[in-house]
Amino acid sequence: MKIIEFLLSALAIGVTFLYGSTGEIITEKAGHLNLGIPGIMGIGAACGCAALSVMIPAGADPLLPAWLIVIIALLATLIGGALMGLLYSFLAVTLRSNQNVTGLAMTIFGTGLTKYIFNALEKKDASYLRALPFFRFPFNNTSSALQYCGILVFIGIGVAIAASLILTRTRVGLHLRAVGESPATADAAGINVTRYKYIATIIGSAIAAVGGLFYVMDYQGSKEAYLSVEAMGWLSVALVIFSLWRPYLSIIGSFVFGAMFILGSYLPSFGVIIEPTIIKMLPYVVTIIVLIITSIRNRRENQPPASLGVSYFREDR
Amino acid sequence: MEQTEARTVPLALELKGITKTFGTIRANYNVDLDLKHGEILALLGENGSGKTTLMNMVAGIYYPDDGQIFVDGEEVVIRSPKDAFDHKIGMIHQHFKLVDLFSAAENVVLGVKDGTKYNIKEVNERVREIADRYGFNIDPKEKIHEMSVSQKQTVEILKVLYRGADILILDEPTAVLTPQETSKLFAVLRKMKEHGKSIIIITHKLHEVLSISDRVAVLRKGEYIGTVNTSESTESSLTEMMVGKKVSLSIDRSEPVNTVERLVVKGLSGVNEEGLKVLDDVSFSAFGGEILGIAGIAGSGQRELLEAIAGIYSPEAGEILYNDPKDGARVNLRKKTPLQIRELGVRLSFVPEDRLGMGLVGSMDITDNVMLRSYRSGFVLLNRNDPKKLAEEIVRDLEVATPSLKTPVRRLSGGNVQKVLVGREIASAPSLLMAAYPVRGLDINSSYAIYNLLNEQKERGVAVIFVGEDLDVLLALCDRILVINSGRVTGILDGRKATKEEVGFLMTKSDRVGDAETKGGAA
Repeated sequence: MKIIEFLLSALAIGVTFLYGSTGEIITEKAGHLNLGIPGIMGIGAACGCAALSVMIPAGADPLLPAWLIVIIALLATLIGGALMGLLYSFLAVTLRSNQNVTGLAMTIFGTGLTKYIFNALEKKDASYLRALPFFRFPFNNTSSALQYCGILVFIGIGVAIAASLILTRTRVGLHLRAVGESPATADAAGINVTRYKYIATIIGSAIAAVGGLFYVMDYQGSKEAYLSVEAMGWLSVALVIFSLWRPYLSIIGSFVFGAMFILGSYLPSFGVIIEPTIIKMLPYVVTIIVLIITSIRNRRENQPPASLGVSYFREDR
Repeated sequence: MEQTEARTVPLALELKGITKTFGTIRANYNVDLDLKHGEILALLGENGSGKTTLMNMVAGIYYPDDGQIFVDGEEVVIRSPKDAFDHKIGMIHQHFKLVDLFSAAENVVLGVKDGTKYNIKEVNERVREIADRYGFNIDPKEKIHEMSVSQKQTVEILKVLYRGADILILDEPTAVLTPQETSKLFAVLRKMKEHGKSIIIITHKLHEVLSISDRVAVLRKGEYIGTVNTSESTESSLTEMMVGKKVSLSIDRSEPVNTVERLVVKGLSGVNEEGLKVLDDVSFSAFGGEILGIAGIAGSGQRELLEAIAGIYSPEAGEILYNDPKDGARVNLRKKTPLQIRELGVRLSFVPEDRLGMGLVGSMDITDNVMLRSYRSGFVLLNRNDPKKLAEEIVRDLEVATPSLKTPVRRLSGGNVQKVLVGREIASAPSLLMAAYPVRGLDINSSYAIYNLLNEQKERGVAVIFVGEDLDVLLALCDRILVINSGRVTGILDGRKATKEEVGFLMTKSDRVGDAETKGGAA
């Protein structure tokens, strides 16, 4: 059943984008356009895999039980992402540097560091790959595309739903959205704007980082996977626009993106011959179309947070 | 101590000896004020008299340099808006602080930490409850960006009431309202008073003071003049308290010679973005060789009037006729583009509150800023030589203090920035020069330098239109003074004969139809 294979693969690859975009949505809701996501996802993968290769020495048995290995690797990824988020926040919130420039610098720095770390890991026989079955739990023994739907897929969807609920149903979410829409208003209402910006960016970056680990350690599961993490990051940023800054829409959006992303390699088996690289452009094309449509319809609810990309500083008193 | 004072009802709010300075500017000096429980106190004063600054100190936006604040007879320290709320004081600012994308209720509850679980349905209910109690007409679920200005103001008031404020301060609440909306607001204020709230309303509109307040406190140039009972005051007695006695300034004023009619404005009317009328049947003439002053409370339509003449703002009706000094032809400026109007010799220099906001690019140097007015000359490559010469001239003639011509304008002091702004317009040898607030924030010497510049232009036969804030300056500098009030011309006076009271009265008086109904509650 090729079609089921296709749908399952689309779901799995989509979860990579889902982590990235959920993290980015949380950050953007605080008014921060973090273009460092591609770099952060790379760092996330690198930190997780580095932790794995420590816990699973080359040519020896794993030092810890499987579940603990997964949790520690996840923690390493979260910490790596959070540190990147902290660096970004320090630059863009405290020093009020230009957000676009800061984000791009984070991506350049993150991608470079990622390649360096994975190079080092490869010299140790890339032993982190032996943890692959742990991440593909509970479907680690299947050979179909179901094997990609490991534990992180469910966590990813759960995180997106939680983020959606927090943003729309809680006081914290209300305050966060206020910070992104009008920091001056939030400030006047007694909300600590800087704290919200820092925390949202750090949590967002940590979540995005998990997307990188998932891509390398579950979906791709190969030595070369880290080379394409950056591309996944950019698609995640595009997905934020596609899903109109709503985490629950990005669950559907990530599946659509996933389907479009892998469509090229499935088309021959459906009997259609098109150059796969052309098909891989689809997510970007669709994002542009969504941007055009929302700009024409110009509904306030579908626009990015009003103060996105703008540094906030209190008026001089 | 408490036993002796328990019998007398303490004042809701009392200020003693409040002083606040910003740099060298003294915004408030030794101000006393008291507010009784359940009364409406009007805080009256001209622009820049320190009303808003004073109230900002009560609301926790500023912290006083000196003086004491008492709430219910006890001394309090207010360092932030939160402190103010803790003492049940809430201020409704002129510029609304609302999140456009949120509903009314979401804005109201924003930042409230009352320990309860957040539930928007309950908040909606409570907001509706408060709205019903005071007679607000508002849907808690409606989004701010779908609301009118007066509804937004209602949300601001609800915010304060939701936080349990007993003392409400409103900063020029009627500035953005139509007369009908003003009546509604006043009805709400009276209802709040019945419920025992104490209200301070900042305003410079005399008829509003008379119709809504119980007592009036007057500030002038940062100092406290006094408090009177509204029932014992008249428009003229309040005007006198507000503007004070004339201060004579030694500005040289030559008699206008060889005046020729340069500009004729007929029946100009227009609305602003919110659809409120900002210009209402404005007619006047400006002559070459004289300075025409425009006096008015801030936001009375001065900006739109000048921008209409410069071709930036398009009015709805009326004519702007210009007598071209080159060939004597009469042209209608309303049919011209801003560029064509500039080429006819009409120049506008508008100094906004933030100085760099309009007309100059802060990160560029003086030469480049001068070039912004002449970049169209030159083929392919810009001609930089002429602007450079001009910049040198401006720096030399106006004594602009700058390290070099290459210094970015934003590094210059305010006075020097303004000299560049005004100098650039004058340098182009205009035949009609409009200068709005050219001395805003300048020290005495720089101000006089600008007055002299304007006088020079007048003597050259230029028609000068000067929009100013200080009545003493207007009376000492201008040949004629046009007074504008809520977009309407309320008088054109002789600058040599007019008195400060006359101008002040024309600036603030109102004979609108809608006011009759609001006068009822003055007792």
